[in-house]
Amino acid sequence: MSAGMIEIRWHGRGGQGAKTAALLFAEAVMATGMYIQAFPEYGPERMGAPVKSFNRVSEDPIVIHSGIKNPNYVVILDSSLMKSVPITDGIGKTGKVIANTSLSASEIAKELDIDINQIYVVNASRIALKTIGKDIPNTPMLGALVKVIGTLDIDDVLKNIKAKLTAKFRHEPGIVEGNLASIKMAFDEVRN
Amino acid sequence: MIKSMYSKGSLVAKTGNEIMAEALRQIEPDVVAAYPITPATEIVQIFSQFVADGVVKSEYVAVESEHSAMSATIAASAAGARAATSTSSQGLCLMWEMLYIASGLRLPIVMAEVNRAISAPININADHSDTMGARDTGWIQIYSEDSQEAYDNMIQATKIAEKAKLPTLVAMDGFITSHCMEVVEAYSDTDVKAFVGEYKPERYLLDVKNPYTLGSIDLQDYYFEHRYQLAQAMRDAKSIILDVAEEFKRTFWREYGFYEKYMLDDAEVAIVVIGSTAGNVKVVVKELREKGVKAGLLKIRVYRPFPKEQIAKDLAHVKAVAVIDRSDSCSGAFPPLYCDVVTSLYSAGILNPKILSYIYGIGGREFCGEQIIKVYETLGKVAFGLEKPSGEVEYINVRIK
Repeated sequence: MSAGMIEIRWHGRGGQGAKTAALLFAEAVMATGMYIQAFPEYGPERMGAPVKSFNRVSEDPIVIHSGIKNPNYVVILDSSLMKSVPITDGIGKTGKVIANTSLSASEIAKELDIDINQIYVVNASRIALKTIGKDIPNTPMLGALVKVIGTLDIDDVLKNIKAKLTAKFRHEPGIVEGNLASIKMAFDEVRN
Repeated sequence: MIKSMYSKGSLVAKTGNEIMAEALRQIEPDVVAAYPITPATEIVQIFSQFVADGVVKSEYVAVESEHSAMSATIAASAAGARAATSTSSQGLCLMWEMLYIASGLRLPIVMAEVNRAISAPININADHSDTMGARDTGWIQIYSEDSQEAYDNMIQATKIAEKAKLPTLVAMDGFITSHCMEVVEAYSDTDVKAFVGEYKPERYLLDVKNPYTLGSIDLQDYYFEHRYQLAQAMRDAKSIILDVAEEFKRTFWREYGFYEKYMLDDAEVAIVVIGSTAGNVKVVVKELREKGVKAGLLKIRVYRPFPKEQIAKDLAHVKAVAVIDRSDSCSGAFPPLYCDVVTSLYSAGILNPKILSYIYGIGGREFCGEQIIKVYETLGKVAFGLEKPSGEVEYINVRIK
């Protein structure tokens, strides 16, 4: 990994939108002028099975095409994965975990056996139910990720995602508003 | 900040499959016949949506197998249409006998191929076994490192195929490129259409005023000449490929050749590779250069026709070369790319470089970072006489009992 490159790993279950989140995040970040990559775990995908997806973000062109072993950020869409999947793999002492959970950062730190400063929590499922009406935590987690990274402009990201979703759901404007509200709410609520 | 190469382009975030479908939309072949297969499915899925939505005027033929896909494409091309298809792995295998017919009849069909391992055992991930098996079918083969190259290669392939009267496939690595979203600079429909131009076949079966026979029996009296002409057409395609690349550069400001030289001109040790792995090697080469190691890379873009004279010239000064193949020929000797590189140098009388053979990444196994550094370390030892080449093909990162 070259200096200045950010690497992200998303953990979810098939159907929760881990791949979509990585793609949506990449497009939004590209709109801020950065080079991006977004890719799923290579292989078949099944509903409910643990899945991973990945992002790279860099000021410079990205030529590497390999899996991500030492992510700077790990995003967990489904807290039940913390017991069954080695989600802290390769994060070392500096990688940060952002979890969709109702628990506190200290409780998660204890469960994952890592430093509390590496943990960020947000109840993305509650936010999704409130704003979108369904437990689809991928878009709110995207807002939480933007906040934790800290160097990306949330307004640019929201603007791009609005344009993207408006084109996709032009017959269902409610979906667009709900998703945008969820991103903003998670951006505001994510805590260390 | 993202840099744009072409002032009239637009930066988009697309996967390899998505941008390949975009290229096909812009080229707008008269006929596309295809059968879906992982990881190439999205290309024709997206393209068939363009057809259904009336975005393109192409005829889409949903066939029941890849054998039929190639047959229908051949028929369309013979009839006088600009024809294209897309496939991967087992799909390409099922096209087998028809691949030879496409080239033997000198039909300029274009194929978007997504490299994937072949069965058995079943595996859907990237290696080059599928297209390497088709290396002597008389198809031009152009490989892509990333989505941008896949897009640019497809646009050029259409023109190359029609000028050379040879079918042409453009390959990219399954999942690694086909499913990875990256920044791609896309060109306007008008510019792509102008570059590709209108297809005007010299002869075609639906030209009823000028009837001719295609695919007749051809025995001892002429068959040899026709097969010679096919082989010669492949040799002649080299200058066509360079001409098209030159025109592409003038139009879209991106430079392509038979291969890419990365820090190769003064290199003492070098890797020769095809496809997406080149990016991983570039990262290592850059790191090694910072430490004062004269490392380099030669990334093959055009594998058929094989640019033997140029490669021999560009590798002549390198002390030790590792040719790393992403397929095994099961020949009892060496894998395909290694054989081509070694024969190119030997036949040109260049015997100085020590050339090592490696196989990596079969069935999608990763090859990056430390493993690449290790290959360069071995090359360093061989280059300066501290180690003798084994004379055998070496397998990277495989468990051997």
